[in-house]
Amino acid sequence: MFGFGTEYEGLAFWLPLIWSGLIAVAVAMYVIVDGFDLGVGILFKAAHTENWRDRMMFSVAPIWDGNETWLILGGGGLFAVFHVAYAVLMPALYVPIILMLIALIFRGVAFEFRFKADRSKFLWDNAFFFGSLLATFFQGMVLGAFVQGFANDGRQFTGGTFDFLTPFSVLTGISLIFGYALLGATWCVMKTTGELEIWARRMAVRFLLLTIVAMAAVSVWVPFLGRQIETRWFTWPNIAFLAPIPLITAYVAYRLFRDLEEGRHYRPFFLTIGLFLLGYLGLGISLFPYNVPPNLTIWDTSNTVSSQLFALVGFAIVLPITFAYTAYAYWVFRGKVAEEISGGGYGYH
Amino acid sequence: MEFDALLLSRIQFAFTIAFHIIFPAFTIGLASWLAALEFNWLRTGNPLYRNLFRFWVKVFAVSFGLGVVSGIVMSYQFGTNWSRFSEFTGNVLGPVIAYEVITAFFLEAAFLGIMLFGWERVGDRLHFFATCMVALGTLISAFWILSANSWMQTPDGFAIENGKAVPVDWFKVVFNPSFPLRYAHMVMGCYLTTAFAVAGMSAWMLLRHPHDAPEAKLAASRRSMSMALWFATIFVPVQIIIGDLHGLGVLKYQPTKLAAIEGNWDRMANMPLRLFAIPDEVAETNHYEIGIPKIGSWVLTHAFDGVVPGLKEVPPEDRPPVWPVFFSFRIMVAIGFAMLGIGLWSLYLRWKGTLFTNRTFLTAAMIMTPSGFGAVLFGWFTAEIGRQPWVVYGHLRTADAVSPITAGAVTASLLTFVVVYAFVFGFGSYYLAKLLRRGPDPIEDIRGEDLGKKPKRPFSVPDEGLEGRPGDKALPAR
Repeated sequence: MFGFGTEYEGLAFWLPLIWSGLIAVAVAMYVIVDGFDLGVGILFKAAHTENWRDRMMFSVAPIWDGNETWLILGGGGLFAVFHVAYAVLMPALYVPIILMLIALIFRGVAFEFRFKADRSKFLWDNAFFFGSLLATFFQGMVLGAFVQGFANDGRQFTGGTFDFLTPFSVLTGISLIFGYALLGATWCVMKTTGELEIWARRMAVRFLLLTIVAMAAVSVWVPFLGRQIETRWFTWPNIAFLAPIPLITAYVAYRLFRDLEEGRHYRPFFLTIGLFLLGYLGLGISLFPYNVPPNLTIWDTSNTVSSQLFALVGFAIVLPITFAYTAYAYWVFRGKVAEEISGGGYGYH
Repeated sequence: MEFDALLLSRIQFAFTIAFHIIFPAFTIGLASWLAALEFNWLRTGNPLYRNLFRFWVKVFAVSFGLGVVSGIVMSYQFGTNWSRFSEFTGNVLGPVIAYEVITAFFLEAAFLGIMLFGWERVGDRLHFFATCMVALGTLISAFWILSANSWMQTPDGFAIENGKAVPVDWFKVVFNPSFPLRYAHMVMGCYLTTAFAVAGMSAWMLLRHPHDAPEAKLAASRRSMSMALWFATIFVPVQIIIGDLHGLGVLKYQPTKLAAIEGNWDRMANMPLRLFAIPDEVAETNHYEIGIPKIGSWVLTHAFDGVVPGLKEVPPEDRPPVWPVFFSFRIMVAIGFAMLGIGLWSLYLRWKGTLFTNRTFLTAAMIMTPSGFGAVLFGWFTAEIGRQPWVVYGHLRTADAVSPITAGAVTASLLTFVVVYAFVFGFGSYYLAKLLRRGPDPIEDIRGEDLGKKPKRPFSVPDEGLEGRPGDKALPAR
């Protein structure tokens, strides 16, 4: 594939490719679905009233658990088919991953505890906000560290505890906060009404601008990482094939801005997803076929053919069903959230 | 003892998994309990069951939330702290864990939303279906994770290439020798944990009210306690038999672990059943031993003169720490027999007709509320410490499984986990206690001819005013 993995033949060549595609889909799913509910958490603190916060939380309460399951699939999937990548990446990312998990604990329990609390409610408002904010920040740092690459001997991580921490990874951490906040805001535009919706629109415009600035900053910085990623983009004939990507991105951003101004309800959210997918595609093009940058490819890190096949059979059968009932769960809770949710007395609470 | 990354990682793993297991142990049973309640409600139309469902589903939601967030930590710790374990076992255990995610976690998560929030949005049957899917999800999840754990205890169906385990026969990997009975033992343990928790919490709610309180206030608690105790009475003996069979497997596949459980230093026939002893790992003997002659051999081999392996058959570096294994096992068994006692006592009181009024029994049942959690935890201590010094029995030592990380990083993460879990667990318990103090909604306004009659829209009967879900009206399906 593009001159990579040529020493592998047959299934040993194709399975890692198929699996990278599947895991890329799982990670993209995660970024989109948990992205918007983390984004709702990031906006949570800025909401003007208790009623707004109740409605925002209720818009994601029935589905957040399923959304977070994609994160487990990301970790579990890596272990299942690229266990060498899992074994190198996890120790290398020890600090940001543990901190992300702890942040997720706080925001996860906030869903349950907030409705049971009286005097301690502010505690879980804060847990939800800071949990969402920090989980996002550390996810962004993980992304930045991934683009930078990891010291390794082909089997284990050989670098230091804080290798991940650089100005670049801080930038990607902040960028992801902007991006998820945009997703969360357009989600609120889609799922809420009245004053809250108007406010969400304003937030969406603000975070759209910040997201664009952040995407540009990251793109400009990448050549300075010394990973030669830019040569992949700016050599002939690649540049001809790849040039449309930034152009389409710019158009989607413009369309999103117009949609928000024009008062559209649904399309801003899906355009934001488009924006994320374009960024994600750019990342994929920059990094392929390394899943432990800078040196280990998907073929170097993959499990035996038997393991990949065994897992693939299950995925082929189960994943469509999973998609179907997950989509159904979303369908059940379609439509805008009611404006009159008082005192947490809705749902089963 | 040096506090290096290895020891700290072990402490961290033990702490986080012991914390985590409490919640699945409870929710596996609760999910099935909820399915049973909803089934009874659909079948009889008795609003008592609906009120019970609506009460226990709140308890379930809190516990499930805590289980989910503490579980995500587990799926990453294999890599963060045990990367050499991941490298060695990845080919075999990776797909098993992935199967758990795609067959169980998504199922639970998707239908949990419908079960908790979908009252008004889906029909009766579909809501019941969602509850069943959540319950099924918990059981499937237990299936895969116990398969993975059992493979670490009794690895099978693999070969070692290049210093890594590679799968040869997937059926043997998944259904490795200790798996079927471990699965049965654990699921039954979870069900009994729930049964004693439900019985104990209901007993507490009964004790809080005078026994001449209006029937309506007590009915729900009585029904919960009675159902839970019937379950316990029937299935504690079954669990004891499963446990005994499981023990035979340990004897066959993990003789050294068995020797540690029994505190048996020398290979011997006619082994006594040691009720108490102080094992001495230096002198390789026991002090203050109290035992019943020959019964130990009989329990393990079903013959009085059966031969039981001893710890001295393997060099000291291949033995698990004897103390914790020896005592954990005894605590688990003691709890099991206390459960048996409660079951028999409840039968006697039913016969006398004083099950709900005998305050000594209610107090005892209340004290037994956490007994299942204790039994599950001590059972796992026995299984996991007994597997040492191996992480994959006979193939990979725990000492060779740790990640190349620094002691400083693990110290920091361990302390953080302790503080965070104490905080979260503290509040979780507080909110659970709050729920229990309020108890199930009384059913006093449904009586006489209404009782036993099924309303047309089950979750919108007039008495719902108490719980008032304004969202009902205001959540139109657009």
